[in-house]
Amino acid sequence: MTGSPRRVLLEWLHRRPGIGTGVLAAPAGLWLVAFFLVPLLVMAAYSWMPRGIYGGVEAGITAEHYRRFFEPLYLRILGRTLLWAVGATAICLALGYPVAYAIARSGRWRRWLLFLVILPFWTSFLVRTFALIFLLRDTGLLNGWLLRLGLAAEPVPLLYTPFAVMVGLVHGYLPLMVLPIYASLEKLDPALLEAAEVLGARPWARFRRVVLPLSRPGVIAGCLLVFVPSLGAYLTPDLLGGAKQVMVGNLVQSQFATARNWPFGAAVSFVLMALVLVAVLVFLRARDRAGAEG
Amino acid sequence: MRRAVPGWVLGVAGAVYAFLHLPVLIIVVFSFNDSKFSADWVGFTLEWYRRLFERPDLLRGLRLSLLVGGISTVVAAVFGTLLALALSRGRRRRGARSLAEGLLYVPVVTPEVVVGVSLLMVFAVAGIPLGIGSITIAHIAFNISFVAIVVLARLEGMDRTLEEAAMVLGADELTAFRRITVPQLWPAILAGGLLAFTMSFDDYVITSFVAGAGSSTLPIVVYGMVRRTVEPSVNAISTLILVVTAVLIFVADRLAQARPPAGRVG
Amino acid sequence: MSPSAPPAGTPVARPTTRPPVVEFVTVSKSFGDTRAVDRVSFALHSGEFFSILGPSGCGKTTTLRLLAGFEAPDDDGGEVRIEGEVVNHRRPYQRRLGMVFQSYALFPHMSVAANVAFGLEQRATPADEIAERVARALEMVRLEPGPFARRMPASLSGGERQRVALARALVLEPPILLLDEPLGAIDLKLRKAMQLELRTLNRELGITFLYVTHDQEEALTMSDRIAVMDHARIAQIGTPAEIYENPRTAFVAQFIGDCNLFDGVVEGPAGAGWAVTASSGLVAGGRFTVPSGAGLAPGGAVRIAVRPEWMDLFPPDAVPARENRVDGTVREVFYRGETVHVVVAAGGGGDRPVVVALRNEGQLVRPLPWRPGDPVAACWQPEDCQVLEAE
Repeated sequence: MTGSPRRVLLEWLHRRPGIGTGVLAAPAGLWLVAFFLVPLLVMAAYSWMPRGIYGGVEAGITAEHYRRFFEPLYLRILGRTLLWAVGATAICLALGYPVAYAIARSGRWRRWLLFLVILPFWTSFLVRTFALIFLLRDTGLLNGWLLRLGLAAEPVPLLYTPFAVMVGLVHGYLPLMVLPIYASLEKLDPALLEAAEVLGARPWARFRRVVLPLSRPGVIAGCLLVFVPSLGAYLTPDLLGGAKQVMVGNLVQSQFATARNWPFGAAVSFVLMALVLVAVLVFLRARDRAGAEG
Repeated sequence: MRRAVPGWVLGVAGAVYAFLHLPVLIIVVFSFNDSKFSADWVGFTLEWYRRLFERPDLLRGLRLSLLVGGISTVVAAVFGTLLALALSRGRRRRGARSLAEGLLYVPVVTPEVVVGVSLLMVFAVAGIPLGIGSITIAHIAFNISFVAIVVLARLEGMDRTLEEAAMVLGADELTAFRRITVPQLWPAILAGGLLAFTMSFDDYVITSFVAGAGSSTLPIVVYGMVRRTVEPSVNAISTLILVVTAVLIFVADRLAQARPPAGRVG
Repeated sequence: MSPSAPPAGTPVARPTTRPPVVEFVTVSKSFGDTRAVDRVSFALHSGEFFSILGPSGCGKTTTLRLLAGFEAPDDDGGEVRIEGEVVNHRRPYQRRLGMVFQSYALFPHMSVAANVAFGLEQRATPADEIAERVARALEMVRLEPGPFARRMPASLSGGERQRVALARALVLEPPILLLDEPLGAIDLKLRKAMQLELRTLNRELGITFLYVTHDQEEALTMSDRIAVMDHARIAQIGTPAEIYENPRTAFVAQFIGDCNLFDGVVEGPAGAGWAVTASSGLVAGGRFTVPSGAGLAPGGAVRIAVRPEWMDLFPPDAVPARENRVDGTVREVFYRGETVHVVVAAGGGGDRPVVVALRNEGQLVRPLPWRPGDPVAACWQPEDCQVLEAE
C-alpha cells in the first residue's frame, strides 16, 4: 500500500503544498486572468488611444477621452448617477431597516418572511423590471386606477421618469439591504435589551443606544450592496428611464452600440469602475471601524 | 423573548412586501387576461401562451439559454470549487491568500456593463467570433466567483477535524476528500451552481454585448419583446420563466437536503 | 500525609527489552516564531494510561498532533518514535493509531455503524467481518448495536457521541489510543462514569492510552503517569502521587491542587535541616526550617510549597515546638465537605493569605473552634514541605 503510485504522489504533494494549491487554483485563475483581467487591461489601453475611423483605435496615446468626460453634458450624467445611487441607497435603508427589524422579531414566521425577501434574487431581473413597466406605463394598472378613481383626467406619465428609475432601483436592490441588516439584528443578544431595560432605558433609547449601534455593520454592508449596483445600473434606467434618464452605464453602452466610439466608452467604463472600487473601499473601511467599535 | 414590534414598523414591512411581490403577481394574473390592451380584468384566456409557440425565436432563445447556462454552470462549479479549495487549504502566505480572497469579489462588484464591453473589446482584438462560444466564455467568467464565494464560505465553516479523523482511521487525502469533504460540500456546490445557472439564465446586459447578431439567448429575445410590444404574451413568457425558475429552485433544494450516499454499512 | 512517604500508586516502569510504545526524543515544533513544543522528551510503556496535563496553550494538543501525524516536528534532530520506528514525517493514515477528538469528529453524513466501519473499510476488511466487528465495538462501549447502528450522529446525546467516537477508534484495535480532552463537553456526572469506563477499557484491552487534558483532577484520577506541561515544555513527569506530593516547580505545585508558597534565603544548618530567612513578613519570627538534602547551600534562595492539608491551626499561645508558624487572624472559613478550609490573613497584612485544610470531623457534632477574626497560628512541621526548583 505504501509504495503505490497514488501514495507516492500524495506524499510528494504533501511536501510541496504550493504545487497542490497551484493546480487547484489554476483553471479558475487562468480563466479569470484571460477573460476578466486581460479584458480590463485591453480596455485600459483603449481608453488612452486616439479614436480610429470605423469605431476602432489608432496607435498613439491621448487623454482626450478622459478630458471629454469632463464636459458638462457628461458631468451631468455622472452627477445624476451619483445622486440616484445615493437616493436609492437612502430609500432602501429607510424601508429595509424596518423590514429587517420586523423579520428579526417575527418568531415562527421568520423563515417564511426571510424566504420572501430572498425570493426576488431567484426571480429574473428582466421579468421584475417588466412587472414595473406593466404597472407604470400609460395604459398600466396604476394609471387605470387613477383614472377610474377620478384622481386624474388623463394618464399621468409615470414611466420614463426619474420616479420610475428610482422605483426600479429600489425594487431591484431592496433585498440586498434587508438581508445584512437582518443578519446583524438576529445576532443581537436579547439579554442586552433586557439589561438596558433594567437600567431604565425606554424603547426609543434602547433602540438608539443598543440596537442601532450593534446593527451598524449590517447597515454598512447593506448600503454597500445597494449603492454599488445602483452606480453601475444599466437595465433599470434603460427600460424605465427611456432616452432621457441616462446613467453612466447607459452612456458606456451607447458608445459601444450606437456612437461606435470605443475609446471614449472605455474611458467612461474606467471612471465607473474606479467609482465602484472607491465606494467599496470606503464602505469596507467604515465596516471595519464599526466592527472594531462593536 | 417576544417584544412587540411597533405598528408603524409592521406597516412599513407590509408595504415593502407588497411592493416587492405584487407587481410580479399582477403580471402572472394578467397573462391570463383576455384583452390585448386593457388594464382591467376581462376574462380568462390561454391565447397569449398559444401565441408564444408561434414565435420560433423564443424557443431558439430558450434552447440557447439552457445550453449556455448548463455548460457555464458545470464549468464554473468545477473551477470555482477547486479555487475555493485552493484558497481555504493553501496554508501558506496569509497575505497572498487574503489578497486572493479579496480579488474574488472584484468580478462581483464590477458593473455588468463594464464586464460586457471589456469582453467585447478583447473578443474583437483577439478575433474570437461572437456567438455561443463567446457567450459561454463570458458566463463562465462571471460565474466562477459566485461559486467560489459560496463554496469557500462552507469550507470555512467546516470542521477540519473530520478530515483528520478520517486520516487517523486510515484514509489518505484523496479518500478523505471523496468520502468526508465532498459529501459535506455538496449542498454548497449545488447552491453555488444554482446561483450560477440563475445568473446565466437571467443575464441580459453582458450577453447583449458578446452575443453577436445570430445568437440571441432568451433574455435577449424577451428584452426585445419588452421594448417593442405591449402584447400580454410578454406576461405569458415572464410567467413561464418564473415557473421554470421556481421548479429549478425546488429541485435544487430537494437535492441539497437529500442525504448523500452513506457508507456501505448501515 | 507526609510528603517523604514512598509514592503510592501503581508501579509502572516495568523492565522490558521491547522499545517503548511511543517515544519523544527532544521533539520541538515551531509555528513561525513561536515554539508550541520545546524539546519535549518522554516515553510511553505498553498498556499504561499516560496523561499530558497543562493549561490551554501549553503545547499539549500540539504534542498529541505530532504523535498523530497532523504536524511534523522541526527538523532539529528530534524524533517521534512509535514502537521503535522514527515516524517524524509519516502520514497519519500510515500510523495505525486510534484517536478520540475533543469535538468527537463524527462524520455527520454517516450513520453510527458507517462511522465505526469507516476505518475497517480503509483497511479492506471483508464486509461480513466489518459488520461483526462494528457490533462488537459498539457493545464494548455499551451501545446496543440494534437501536444505535442506524442512527445519525445529530440524533445522539453528547455521551452517546462520545461512545461512538470511542468505538470508532477501538474497532481497529490500535496499539495506542490518543484522547484529546474527550470528556470536556459532557456533564459532570457522566464524566465521572466515563472516567471509570475509560480506565477499565485501558486495563482490559491492554491498549496504551495517551490522554490530553487540562483538568488536573481528571488526570490524577485516571493516570498511571502524568506529564505536566507549561510553556511548551514538560515541567514534570511522574505518578499522580509524585506529582501531587513532590511537585518539582511552583507551577506544578500550584496547577495541581492548592498550595502555599514561602520564599527565603538559606542561613545555615539547624538541627536535621536548614534554617531559612523568610523573604516576606509572612512567617512569624522571620525564619523557618526546611529539611536537609534538596541540594541547598547557605546563601542560596529557596522556595517551598506547603499543601493546605499539611498544615494545622493552633491558638497563638499553644504552638508545639519545632513547628514553622504563620501568625495572623482567621479571615474566612470555607466548608468543603471532606475538609474545611481556613483562610488565614498573616499579621503583616499585604501578603498572600495562607490556606489551611482541616479534616472535617462533622461540623454539626464537633464544630471547629475558628471564627473569622480569631487570632491564630498556621503551622507546619519542617519535613512537611516540598523544596521547589527554580523555574
